[in-house]
Amino acid sequence: MLAPLSWLKEYVDIDVTPQELEDKLFSCGFEVEERYEVGKDISKVVVGYVKECEPIPETHLHLCKVDAGEAGILQICCGADNVKAGGKYPLALIGATVYATAKDHVTIEGVMEIGQGKLRGYDSFGMLCSGVELGLNEDLYPGAGYNGLLVLPDDAPIGADVKPILGLDDQIYDIAITANRPDCQSIYGIAREVAAVLGKQLKAPALDYKEQDALADDFKVSVDATDICPRYSAHYVYDVKIGQSPAWMRRRLALTGIGSISNIVDITNYVLKELGQPMHAFDYSYLEGNQINVRRAHNGEKIVTLDEKEFELNDQNLVICDGKKPVALAGIMGGLNSEIKEDTTAVMFEAAKFARDNIRKSSRALGQASDSSALYSKGVYEYTTVMAMKRALHLIDELGCGKVSSSHYEANTGNSIEPTELKVSVKKVNGVLGITVPDDEIVRILTNLNMQPKINGDELILQIPAYREDMESYPDVAEEVIRMYGYDHVIPTFMPTAQVTMGGLNLRQKNELKIKRALCAAGAYEGMHYSFFSPSDLDLLRLPEDAPERHAISLINPINIDLSLMRTTLAPEMLRAMAGNQKKGILEGKIFEMGNIFIPKDLPLTEYPDERETICVGVFGKEATFFDIKGFGDVIAETLGVKFDYEATQKTFLHPYQTAEISCNGEKIGYVGKVAYEVADELDMTVDSFVMELDLRILSQYYGKPQVFVPISKFDEEKRDFAFVVDKNTTCAEIEKRIYAACDYVTDVKLFDVYEGAQLPADKKSMAFNVVFTPRDEKLKGKKIEGFVENILNDLKDNLGATLRA
Amino acid sequence: MKEKLQQIKEKAIAAIEQTNGLEMLNDVRMSVLGKTGELTSVLKGMKDVAPEDRPKVGQMVNETREAIEKLLEEKKIKFEQEAMKRRYESEKIDVTMPSTKKEHGNLHPITQVRNQITDIFGSMGFEVYEGTEIETDYYNFTALNTPQDHPARDMQDTFYLSPEFLLRTQTSSGQIHVMENEKPPIKIISPGKVFRSDDDATHSPMFSQMEGLVVDKGITLCDLKGMLDEFVKEVFGQETTTRLRPSYFPFTEPSVEVDVSCFQCHGKGCKLCKGTGWIEVLGAGVVNNKVLEGCGIDTDVYSGFAFGIGIERIAMLKYGINNIKLLFESDLRVLKQLDDEK
Repeated sequence: MLAPLSWLKEYVDIDVTPQELEDKLFSCGFEVEERYEVGKDISKVVVGYVKECEPIPETHLHLCKVDAGEAGILQICCGADNVKAGGKYPLALIGATVYATAKDHVTIEGVMEIGQGKLRGYDSFGMLCSGVELGLNEDLYPGAGYNGLLVLPDDAPIGADVKPILGLDDQIYDIAITANRPDCQSIYGIAREVAAVLGKQLKAPALDYKEQDALADDFKVSVDATDICPRYSAHYVYDVKIGQSPAWMRRRLALTGIGSISNIVDITNYVLKELGQPMHAFDYSYLEGNQINVRRAHNGEKIVTLDEKEFELNDQNLVICDGKKPVALAGIMGGLNSEIKEDTTAVMFEAAKFARDNIRKSSRALGQASDSSALYSKGVYEYTTVMAMKRALHLIDELGCGKVSSSHYEANTGNSIEPTELKVSVKKVNGVLGITVPDDEIVRILTNLNMQPKINGDELILQIPAYREDMESYPDVAEEVIRMYGYDHVIPTFMPTAQVTMGGLNLRQKNELKIKRALCAAGAYEGMHYSFFSPSDLDLLRLPEDAPERHAISLINPINIDLSLMRTTLAPEMLRAMAGNQKKGILEGKIFEMGNIFIPKDLPLTEYPDERETICVGVFGKEATFFDIKGFGDVIAETLGVKFDYEATQKTFLHPYQTAEISCNGEKIGYVGKVAYEVADELDMTVDSFVMELDLRILSQYYGKPQVFVPISKFDEEKRDFAFVVDKNTTCAEIEKRIYAACDYVTDVKLFDVYEGAQLPADKKSMAFNVVFTPRDEKLKGKKIEGFVENILNDLKDNLGATLRA
Repeated sequence: MKEKLQQIKEKAIAAIEQTNGLEMLNDVRMSVLGKTGELTSVLKGMKDVAPEDRPKVGQMVNETREAIEKLLEEKKIKFEQEAMKRRYESEKIDVTMPSTKKEHGNLHPITQVRNQITDIFGSMGFEVYEGTEIETDYYNFTALNTPQDHPARDMQDTFYLSPEFLLRTQTSSGQIHVMENEKPPIKIISPGKVFRSDDDATHSPMFSQMEGLVVDKGITLCDLKGMLDEFVKEVFGQETTTRLRPSYFPFTEPSVEVDVSCFQCHGKGCKLCKGTGWIEVLGAGVVNNKVLEGCGIDTDVYSGFAFGIGIERIAMLKYGINNIKLLFESDLRVLKQLDDEK
């Protein structure tokens, strides 16, 4: 919110520097996001008095002798048409900064520094300025809109800095207002806080006015939708003379970003800025049927707002109607049909309270917003509604732009605008804070906040103003006290009254971290991707229509379609991450991600979906092979003390002959494989890429598996090598399994060579294994080993048709 | 005889002198001391020596043999040393050439910061509770004293999945689940992913938060300050101090923003702290009684404080990461840079 210092000063005597005020506001909960001087870009511009002014022949220029006070009498060339001897104008001295304008003398093109110039051969030691060159316009300073020199008042002291004269030294505070303090969304609201924090008296805005004749018509105001319009007041003003509002009002509106329109409209905007109450003025002659009715719109009802946009409404929208039609979109914008025009002679003022969520939802749904709807969305108090109407009527009187009638109309649900009593325990207030704030400090602070505190033993009795709906119980009081007393009074303590508790990670968290660290140790980097993905990601995986992955939860209001589904697999983002690296010229890498996939039990959701912890690994590189990524699977298995089994399978997005299903103790836990060339091409991948995805939820049963020590055998292990000739289709896993099955002394089987070629028939291959036999209670003697070997050879021969290679 | 021995000796000395390696030296040894060697032959001829002369001759032969053996041994050691030297020289390497170490990956910067924070709070007795990413409107808002018409519930900020379910906008939702299921004393931190409909250089639609909650007897704002002081010292350095200033969150009352003294300029004012000497790092406050009461906790007996930390913000501040999006792209040039595990 923009608050000019000069406006705040109307309600509080501010005797601290602008910086001190900023610090004070900050300390009591109002962060000043930005503070700037109105003329922050203007410097070294003084009041210049033109003593002589001679036209330069055959040009539009004048050669002037300008008295600049201390800077002396300066020769200035001036091209403005209104320069004349005896006039006072802003004079930018050499080294001054002012705004540079385009050829039209209106459009600001940046800030320029004034140097010594030469025009048509005549030296110029500075520049006489227009209002635009000083950043002013007609609203900020009368006459500043003229396309020529800005004429300064005759009594402006020669050589004086123009900034105070033109109000360029005013400070603007851009203040962030937290959601619990809608009462501070106005100059007066901020002034209240400033008065409290500075311990100054808050001056009341003038609310008096003279009531004249009543409206002759039999007019009535009614509210149907009292749940979202608890108070609606209207007041009739006649003999209106539409014209320009006074300079002071136009200036204040301009400083808060509002352009002047006409006196009546300016009054509504002025009250909005000053008190935080949106107001509206209807041209009375366009109100039909002698009434105002506030109701929900009919479905399909239409209105054209002041900005000439047409809206089709429904029963979620609140409208202000006359006897026949909607004349305003409540709280958002007036209707074009009852707009104040130059020939308006009578108006009906409106000040009302509308429910904040209704206005917010309507504003958003219709895509129509205004300063009014912004205020209503945050909250407007009825206390202010009542005050604002009086203020507007006072301004009518003060500006003399109409006559205030005695016809006031009001519909309200009986909400009080008087203070309410709140009793709290002083001990409890201090108990929240952990310090004891002296009673007299509590009284001083709450008095400044207009809460009329009385302390009676432990009882603190407050009269809460109606604009402080946020004050409900002792913690609220504690907050008021500490923000004014100062947070630097809070002394650090370390929970002296609390019980000792055990902390740290649980078993699952520890094991997940253990897996991550093991993958890192094996050379992979942890990545993190969004929990949502794109429908196109499912297409990328070439998943059939009935694939379970397509049964994904969708966002009702995603940022865009690419972030519109909760992911059901981590693979697509891993594929994109690998492709992204390759595009950046990183042609080798290992990445893993641990995250949730989201499996709905039903759609749309009626219960919490299953969030399954999942791990995904991606490996890519010119030299990368299937077995590199499989190694990461084994790393995870080893970390958990289990063994994974791999069996050839097919996946729509993976290589048909380099893909395996992974299982652990017979349970399927995931897959691993090489990215299919079609998918790789679609992603512009340039090197071989592999992906693995494992369900950690299933694996979590192995977290914290009891560790058992196996005594080291006294007897040496026996090792034997075998080269089997088998069918080409026989897998390593099949042979391993048979060897283990054939002899339970076998503790390790390792493939160390594979041969296919001329020495063997075309449909055969040779696989060589190193087999370890571990003795138990006695040494494995030659004969026993021979028996084992024979068992193994027979088993493989019978089951796999394997023969020993000659 | 004496001459003969002298002759053998001199010949042997000359031969040893001539050798160029262990093999040749061994040949010399064999030719002199071997079974058919010259000196051995002399010994064999002892039987022809007169018995009275034998001791003397024997002694002479032994002296000669010892002298030769000594020379042979010296020469052998010399050859061995030379051989070792040559072996070493042949294995000379350029020690400045790159090592063959296996590349070691590292955890994501967010995981690293999260680990640091959980370690700190874990040692203070906080358990780690991870809620779900998909939450109900009730746990994310209503139970956190964010009434139906509160601006924070606006569609613009929250991703909805159904009228009831949404993507949690804050890890604070975990507070309620814990308080519903556990009796005080409660000390938890709740790290996790949260979601808001924001997307620019400093905002990502997904980011990470860590919520903290303490509920016990006699917990005050001073305890919050004391604990946060310890926390920021651990994370940002021992000389870091905190500043509390008033703010607003629906679920705490009073609510504060917590600033830390700028760890780059130590309060003098720099670009990082925008000249103020302070950096905003987290929001906190005394748990709102309405929240406690909603979970069936007796506010006459118990009170608590809560705080919420933006993990990306800490990571970005701590490591100088300039764009939040970099954290979610898995660009290996980014992931490889930071290894701050202690």
